[in-house]
Amino acid sequence: MKVIATRPKSLTDLQFTYCPGCTHGIAHRLIAEAMDELEIRNITMGVAPVGCSVFAYKFFNCDMAEAAHGRAPALATGMKRAKPDMCVFTYQGDGDLAAIGTAEIVHAANRGEKITVFFVNNAIYGMTGGQMAPTTIPGMKTTTSPYGRDEQDIGYPIRVCELLDSLISPYFIERVSLLSPQEIIKAKKAVLKAMTYNKENRGFSFVEFISTCPTNWGLDPIKAREWARENMIPLFKVGNFRDKGVEGGNK
Amino acid sequence: MGEKVLMKGNEAVAEAALRAGCRLYFAYPITPQSELIEYMAKMMPKVNGTFVQAESEVAAINMVYGASGAGKRVMTSSSSPGISLKMEGLSYIAGANLPAVVVNVQRGGPGLGDIQPAQGDYFQATKGGGHGDYKLIVLAPSTVQEFADMADLAFNLADKYRNPVMILSDGLIGQMMEPVDFKPPKTDAELEKINNQHLDWCMCPNEDEPNHHHHEVNSLELDPVVLEQHVLKLGQKYEEIKAKEIRYEEYNINGDNEVLVVAFGTASRIVKSAIDELKQEGRNIGLIRPITVWPYPYQAINKALHKNIRKVVVFELNLGQMVEDVKLAVNGKIPVDFLGKVGGILFTPEEAKQKILEGI
Amino acid sequence: MPRMTVDPNYCKGCGLCIEACPKKIIRFSEDINAKGYHYAECFDQESCIGCKLCYTTCPDVAITVEK
Repeated sequence: MKVIATRPKSLTDLQFTYCPGCTHGIAHRLIAEAMDELEIRNITMGVAPVGCSVFAYKFFNCDMAEAAHGRAPALATGMKRAKPDMCVFTYQGDGDLAAIGTAEIVHAANRGEKITVFFVNNAIYGMTGGQMAPTTIPGMKTTTSPYGRDEQDIGYPIRVCELLDSLISPYFIERVSLLSPQEIIKAKKAVLKAMTYNKENRGFSFVEFISTCPTNWGLDPIKAREWARENMIPLFKVGNFRDKGVEGGNK
Repeated sequence: MGEKVLMKGNEAVAEAALRAGCRLYFAYPITPQSELIEYMAKMMPKVNGTFVQAESEVAAINMVYGASGAGKRVMTSSSSPGISLKMEGLSYIAGANLPAVVVNVQRGGPGLGDIQPAQGDYFQATKGGGHGDYKLIVLAPSTVQEFADMADLAFNLADKYRNPVMILSDGLIGQMMEPVDFKPPKTDAELEKINNQHLDWCMCPNEDEPNHHHHEVNSLELDPVVLEQHVLKLGQKYEEIKAKEIRYEEYNINGDNEVLVVAFGTASRIVKSAIDELKQEGRNIGLIRPITVWPYPYQAINKALHKNIRKVVVFELNLGQMVEDVKLAVNGKIPVDFLGKVGGILFTPEEAKQKILEGI
Repeated sequence: MPRMTVDPNYCKGCGLCIEACPKKIIRFSEDINAKGYHYAECFDQESCIGCKLCYTTCPDVAITVEK
């Protein structure tokens, strides 16, 4: 008998500080598995955001930097330009990437920085207690949209994959979901591809994870997945937007 | 040896930074320092360095944070409104104990202000600007030569103390052309040493266990007990810098001075002219010119208060910022007078002379 | 004979593995761990097929699967 699935070496032994059932942990594990499989742990440095995953710098077992809110793609740019032989990734949530960090992600993507950005979209601000995010669904109640997000007043959710897909430079863009084991297995393929392209210095790669926030949605982990399936998937379509590494994948 | 060239301040400091071994530069254009970024755009590729025009000064300072965290010499530059955008980043860089060099070519403020020289960012540079208990080492040049010399000094101080260093210049020094004697560029051996000096803490290639390291470039510490220790250590670093790195110039300081003048940067140039003219007229005026405005030469000023001195006069291109530090230095011994010019307008040597002689 | 083991120290009792298991052989333990969670445990290792769906969905990397 041998072990066929266990804690990847690219994760430290620390218990995640995420809520029970939060899909952040799954995203972390997929990235760590990819780092193990590609054997890039020792040449990888990552950037942690501000948000629930602020402690990602403690969870990934490689050199890490903690960025100011939204600035991770800028840090990653500096890091990759300073050490081009190392792999660089960022890990960010919806406030970090799609609110305060909008300029940084668009421009890092547009410069075609040879990094991978992992974007965890759970349609809410988790760490600060459940405020509205740029990705919050119309009608969704949060602590700063207590009557439900009014898209007539403050607009519709931002779809970052589609936004980045309007740029010519990015190499790989895919949206995946973490709402069931089968979808997680598919997500792993995208993560592995993105990190493979990263290792090969091909260009800017981006993976968006449709995720849950059971605590701030007020749902148990299983109901939260159902809610995401009913309310997020129709708006945030899962699939590959761009893969320049594949014939016909370059739009 | 170096070569003497006639060069614009902005370009001179860029050239000096390259010779000091800086191979990473991230910035955004802003008047009156755009020549700096343009020089870097042209010359960085020639030394196989990296130049990136960032999308904003915010992005630029964070790129600096990243590159510094990866252990390399890195620089950015901007002018007053853009420096305001960097305040968050500088607090993070200082909090994470990272070396970095930032050049501020000051212009009139506040807000969008104008594009003429000013010294209105003194408080921002020396008292904070960013949040929390941190300090920048702040160097204030008064000539193009000094501006250029400060590049190497800034990188050395930044690396020695793992702290951000600001070169607080202004639009006059940035724009004017003066002869500069450059240091020779670093040799390959020196560059190798510079690029590998921080491997004990920076993000860098790793090994498997048992030699696997986990370097974190970070300023977050939610445990108050741990944060206290971290901040106290920062404080100790600042005390060490205060003890060892104060720099200033004494100009015509002697026991018979009638008035002590204090001024930095461009203001000091005008004051020196006034002092020279007054000397011709038989008056004896001394100038203390801070070269580091943080750490500030309080003691030097206090010691220069010789028996015949009737007052201290501070000249600045702002509403009165460094004058507060002078008052601290003088500690109530004698009156401190002040002349400030704002809007990017300079005072003349004549105005300076009048102010110096006023009331004595 | 495949088997799945849950490290009680990591498990937060979220229940996702219980839902994911196609053989329905995972349950919440009667015991609680140091953090007070009823951690997951496999009560019928004989029936484990080593599909790894539990590991795949576990957000805390609490599960090890052997085959």
